[in-house]
Amino acid sequence: MASLKDPRREVRPTGRSTRIEVTDGALIPEKGERVVFSAWRISFFGAIALLVILPFIAPDPYWKILQFLPDGILKTFQVTVLSIVCAVVVGLFTGLGRISRITLVNRIATIYVEIVRGIPLLVQIFYIYYALGKIVQVPDIAAAVIAMTVCYGAYLGEIFRAGIQSIPRGQMEAAIALGLSRSQALQRVILPQTLRVVLPPLGNEFIALLKDSSLVSILAVSDLLRRGREYASKTFFYFESFTVVALVYLVLTLFFSRLVAIMEERIGRRGR
Amino acid sequence: MDDSETTPREAPGPYRIRVQDACKIFKDVVALNHVDLEVKPAEVVLIIGPSGSGKSTLLRSINRLENLTSGDIWVDGDRVSDRAADIRRIREEVGMVFQSFNLFPHLSALSNITLAPRIVKKVPSAEALEAGMKLLARVGLADKADAYPDQLSGGQQQRVAIARALAMNPKVMLFDEPTSALDPEMIKEVLDVMTDLAREGMTMLVVSHEMGFARAAAHRVVFMDHGEIIEQGPPDAVFNCPTEARTRRFLEHIL
Repeated sequence: MASLKDPRREVRPTGRSTRIEVTDGALIPEKGERVVFSAWRISFFGAIALLVILPFIAPDPYWKILQFLPDGILKTFQVTVLSIVCAVVVGLFTGLGRISRITLVNRIATIYVEIVRGIPLLVQIFYIYYALGKIVQVPDIAAAVIAMTVCYGAYLGEIFRAGIQSIPRGQMEAAIALGLSRSQALQRVILPQTLRVVLPPLGNEFIALLKDSSLVSILAVSDLLRRGREYASKTFFYFESFTVVALVYLVLTLFFSRLVAIMEERIGRRGR
Repeated sequence: MDDSETTPREAPGPYRIRVQDACKIFKDVVALNHVDLEVKPAEVVLIIGPSGSGKSTLLRSINRLENLTSGDIWVDGDRVSDRAADIRRIREEVGMVFQSFNLFPHLSALSNITLAPRIVKKVPSAEALEAGMKLLARVGLADKADAYPDQLSGGQQQRVAIARALAMNPKVMLFDEPTSALDPEMIKEVLDVMTDLAREGMTMLVVSHEMGFARAAAHRVVFMDHGEIIEQGPPDAVFNCPTEARTRRFLEHIL
């Protein structure tokens, strides 16, 4: 079945505490990294320093660019947060569908995952924008969110599937031996444990989605990247504009990756 | 429910559990080979046998964690092996304790115990908590109500697991190698709880090789090998003068 098996996401049951390994481009700092000049700190504070210093020494393009961008940052956040929320819902049902014993449901979920993972996100965004445009007129931002949701729903579905399957079989057996129905056991016993396992990988997907949201700038969504492009094409400060755009993305992703790392550590410490 | 056609709800006789001609085939392994077994109310039956002899499969068939390939099982007159049977209701009557405890790690000891009564039997929260505390006291863990499973020792976890099963007021308790995963010093605390339970008149079917428990609490010992019941009888008879060569060979290994 796993013809498009994604080696980036795999579940490794390590005895009692299961963890989903995601060796994505996610910039998760090594746990227990207590060095003062860690790679994360150098990148994060370096980027912030540049964003502060550059407008000081060359206020003309840099300070103006910085003033031009906040609308775009807001838009990027809007798209990212809306998409991740929708994608989590789609992903949860996809994951449940992938482990369903009902063949039809299982097949539909699996086909969805295979199709989506086989088409580049950029192509999906074009496709959903123009295909939807043929049928109904949706605002650009809605098209963007739908496209991101469809794509990430499939990825998150695999994370939920792996998370659910990482819970030892004895948990389900103990629950149904007590007289719980399968769905009661799923809701009260399996999913609460799954949530703990999938939270860190979900955080990583959030960061990946934040980055991928730059793709929606090809639609008429004025996100961070598009705002940068608008400024650049207006003033011809291409190098300066994209430098600032890149730095802002970097600060955002590094900030969230640290949050995910902290969250992961907390979950690990609390144990199971 | 009228399914008299498929359910010969025949008089269960004086039996709590009745297994009749049970067969279970996994792919090409015969786990149960025409097994017959009856357990009377308040009887404590110990099943022994080498690994792969089908003892766990037999136990797991009784609350239908495994489906039989053929044959029948009744619990208290309800035919478990009937596909149309209300298996969830039957499972409420059959408590089960696992080798690996299988406590719910995200719930405290007390919540582990009260989960099923609250959800399945819709017992009001306060009532369930009170009953749960009594059960914890009964297994000697009243002070561990708020502890999470990973804060408990193996023996304590298994005692909570027993309390959790008892919370549904089962008529039958199944124990699947309840002490096999425990360090030696913790085995006794679990066996003590089980012995008390046996004395109180619980019907128990126990897969275990604990001779001490067998002598103290079991009415009957059943020896299984290759999916068949080879020999059964009172503990002393089976342990001291087994009639079958296979039983003798097995006992030499574990004694």
